[in-house]
Amino acid sequence: MSPKEIKPKEIKNESGIEVKALYTEADVEASGGVDMVGLPGEYPFTRGIHREMYRKRPWTMRQYTGFANAKDTNERFHYLIENGQTGLNVAFDLPTQTGLDTDDPLAEGEVGRVGMAVDTLRDFEIAFDGIDLEKITVSLTINGSAAILIAMYLAMAEKRGYDVAKLRGTAQNDILKEFIGRGTWIFPVEPSIKLVGDTIEYCAKHAPKYSPVSVCGYHIRESGATPEQEMAYAFCIAKAYADDMLKRGLHIDEFAGRLSYNFNIFGNLFEQVAKFRAGRGLWAKIIKEDYGAKDPKSMWMRMIAAGGGGGLTIEQPENNIVRGAYYALISALSGAQTMALCCFDEAYTIPSEYAQRISLRTMQMLIEEMGMCETVDPLAGSYYVETMTNKMRQKMEETMAEVEAEGGIVKMVSEGTIQAKVSAQAYGMQKDLQSGAFPKVGVNCYKTDEEENEVEFHPYDNRDADQQIENLNKVKAERDQAEVDRTLDQVKADAEAGHNVMPAIVAAVKAYATVGEITSKLVEVYGYYQEPIKF
Amino acid sequence: MSENKIRVLMGKPGLDGHDHGAKVVVRAMMDAGFDVIYTGLRKTPRQIAEAAAKENVDVIGLSSMAGSHIPFCKSLKPLLKEYNLEDKLWIIGGNVPSKDHETLKKMGLDAIFPTGSHFDDIIDYIKSRYRQLV
Repeated sequence: MSPKEIKPKEIKNESGIEVKALYTEADVEASGGVDMVGLPGEYPFTRGIHREMYRKRPWTMRQYTGFANAKDTNERFHYLIENGQTGLNVAFDLPTQTGLDTDDPLAEGEVGRVGMAVDTLRDFEIAFDGIDLEKITVSLTINGSAAILIAMYLAMAEKRGYDVAKLRGTAQNDILKEFIGRGTWIFPVEPSIKLVGDTIEYCAKHAPKYSPVSVCGYHIRESGATPEQEMAYAFCIAKAYADDMLKRGLHIDEFAGRLSYNFNIFGNLFEQVAKFRAGRGLWAKIIKEDYGAKDPKSMWMRMIAAGGGGGLTIEQPENNIVRGAYYALISALSGAQTMALCCFDEAYTIPSEYAQRISLRTMQMLIEEMGMCETVDPLAGSYYVETMTNKMRQKMEETMAEVEAEGGIVKMVSEGTIQAKVSAQAYGMQKDLQSGAFPKVGVNCYKTDEEENEVEFHPYDNRDADQQIENLNKVKAERDQAEVDRTLDQVKADAEAGHNVMPAIVAAVKAYATVGEITSKLVEVYGYYQEPIKF
Repeated sequence: MSENKIRVLMGKPGLDGHDHGAKVVVRAMMDAGFDVIYTGLRKTPRQIAEAAAKENVDVIGLSSMAGSHIPFCKSLKPLLKEYNLEDKLWIIGGNVPSKDHETLKKMGLDAIFPTGSHFDDIIDYIKSRYRQLV
């Protein structure tokens, strides 16, 4: 079956905007003109947050990596850095992500499976051993337990002799999107937002170069959001965190410059590029006009434009290498600060070294061979791209207004209405994929009867968990238990008093208190999240 | 076919939070006229067995995306006996590689629907097996 036979006459992109056969200057004018285009490095930053962009420095390459334990992960980090990777993006196992220790009964079968297991500061010391934290910035993909892991990262760096006040790095730490998709929440919505606020406030004061939050449209898109919703919902979430900071008495310019974003890159190339350009202009406008920021850096929509997991397929996995190359191209044409590509085998397993290297080489080819770093925002001025950028921005504003009209993002997430909305869309998309209405090569068209090439599976060894428990017991035997007890009590006391819990958590991780112990103290005060089930 | 609606429990075992697949399959089953109870995330084997018994379902479906399907099913199996659920249809979907299918079948899984399976195939399978059961 050829996809052409079933394509409707009117073409709309995934965000619901009509795509015409031809664009002219008149379309740009009719869609709002070029007022929001401007120049790179200048408000409203539609064309990029820096004047010279990649000419000065290519995007950071930061493949998502982590498995088994700190030692094995450290080896893979070194392999990637030797192969030209310029940043790290750490994957943690699910017990770590949900605040459980390796020896917790609920962790059984999950230790080290989808990422590196972390119980105490010792694991961080091993994981980043031999890595220059000034040259290689580290991004922690952690959310529910982010306050603890950020504390560990700062404590580890300090122990290594780095000045925390100058330390760069990022934590994902976007809990609101975890309630929508990805699901590694621990505490109820309100205290979860409070914890995110504690990390932003703490970093603003003690680690001002560190980016404590990377707001993720990415996973909302993976859960079924359209590209424009991905941006609109992420902006609503970022505003919720910003509002919490303002309530604490901080000025927007004290923290907004360290907020960053994580967005997805699969789908129609032009729609994605327009999405990012539109998003940059809109975010700058919001921060300047609604929040009264004066510092241009506060207005920057800094982003990792990455992944593309939702676009990759189980079928004909080699095709994912090619998709990855297109996704990287989208990201480069969109002015991303950082890029990470899902690997071709990632629909099956934790990527092999081989698959990781191909992703890395894909990005390096764009930098070295394709001229992607020579000129800033090369698609600017295209009638099509500028029209679509205007239309995407208007659509995002409409979606944000709808969220406000429904009581705001926090209310919608708490009640499960956003979750129900995106999952209904995901269902519609899945039906379109199965019927062929939405063409997907190798899945619903151009299928092959040949046997699929099986990818190589990342081995999982139960003995790794036993070893990790042994390591944990060793740390517990060696640490000063009185200091652990004292610092853990302080975590609970500060949580009860409504204070910022970060200083107490930093003290606890320095005493080698575990992720599970600290989480338990917070649960005693905050309780657990109860998921609203809504269809 | 019986007048009664087919009752399905869709369970999301373990710590993984990727529920896109589970939720779209729940919707497809609802559209097919089944009564579907979705457990939500992070359920233990006992919670899933308990829910299946309490809700008196005909089908126990699991969605697994993060690779822990074998240890989970291994833990669930004795509980199915304990809760007298061994005659229920037991199916799993998600990121379940073909190399594990035999192990799972031997454990008692009736069917496996890996990523990419069509809704129609899942629904037709349940309907035809349900007819045999009642």
